[in-house]
Amino acid sequence: MSDHSSNPIVGHVMPLKTLVMIWGALLVLTIVTVSATHLDLPRIAIWVALGIATVKATLVALYFMHLRYERPFHAIIFVMAVIFVLLFVGIALTDTQAYQPDLIPGYAPGMGAR
Amino acid sequence: MAVTEAEVRERREGYESSRLGMWIFLATEILLFGGLFCAYAVYRSNHPEIFVYAHRFLSKTLGGINTIVLICSSFTMAWAVRAAQLGERRRLVALLAITIFCGLCFLGIKGIEYQQKWRHGLLWGERYHPVEHEKNGAAGTPAAIQMPPVSSDPNRSFLPLAAEGPRGLAPESSKPAPGGADAEPVPKNVQTFFGIYFAMTGLHAVHVIAGMILIGVMLVRAIRREFSPTDFTPVDNVGLYWHLVDVIWIYLFPFLYLIR
Repeated sequence: MSDHSSNPIVGHVMPLKTLVMIWGALLVLTIVTVSATHLDLPRIAIWVALGIATVKATLVALYFMHLRYERPFHAIIFVMAVIFVLLFVGIALTDTQAYQPDLIPGYAPGMGAR
Repeated sequence: MAVTEAEVRERREGYESSRLGMWIFLATEILLFGGLFCAYAVYRSNHPEIFVYAHRFLSKTLGGINTIVLICSSFTMAWAVRAAQLGERRRLVALLAITIFCGLCFLGIKGIEYQQKWRHGLLWGERYHPVEHEKNGAAGTPAAIQMPPVSSDPNRSFLPLAAEGPRGLAPESSKPAPGGADAEPVPKNVQTFFGIYFAMTGLHAVHVIAGMILIGVMLVRAIRREFSPTDFTPVDNVGLYWHLVDVIWIYLFPFLYLIR
């Protein structure tokens, strides 16, 4: 049961040591993201939270989901899905920001005020 | 049970094609949640005050515990995949059982949170009837949302009538929020936040339940000795699904619970 055991199908089996290290890193980053809310960073708090979450998600994808050792095409599929979500959210945000002056506070975005 | 070289090659092909299909499925799952993240981003950028006000009704402690529970379950699942690849059957069974247990803990804590929201009337849309539970009483929000006619607003009398918002959204009025000047004003339409909260965590909880059922199937099959180092693809794919559920929660937790 050494950590260098291999598998006839996938070849590379994740060493237990790596898994434990990633687990620890994820727990530490969870504590970091909770304690970061106690700092007073009103402008960039959302970006700090988003950055830490992305680091955590990347760790999970690369090691728990073996993305680092898989065919690159699988990583491309995964990253493309994320890019399309970012495009979707980004374009929707720029659109809704363009209607900000017409916005009635509390209404659904873009409702009324014409 | 010896497996010939040709069989190994065949199984490797099967493994890789099923893996490709699984990744494409996960991409569609990301896009499914992407719609909800988009709704979140649009509402939050338009009405940040609602999110800053409403997020304090969520328990950071329970949310944090749930994050840790889910990360632990993801770790045991990754270890279970390793055990399956190495043919360690007893370890695989134990780790799958622990993963299901973690999923149950997650749902239990989620249930406690939902129950608290329900008791305090912090629900979506027209069902939003917050119970007055502030200590000074004055800062409580009105028990029901009144919908005065739009034309009663003097600022808008000369404008053509606007399209009405969906039912359950209060029109903006120039009146100060109840509670007086000293109390922190309660923003309008806080129920928007809870609509997004329940939609996102609810869809995520559905995924947790689906993942637990799949892991349960894997557990039964592992007990029946159906997996071997050359035949473990289902465990690996269910593991991928479970990790994706974890990744989505990694984003939901700071977005909903840790707003500043």
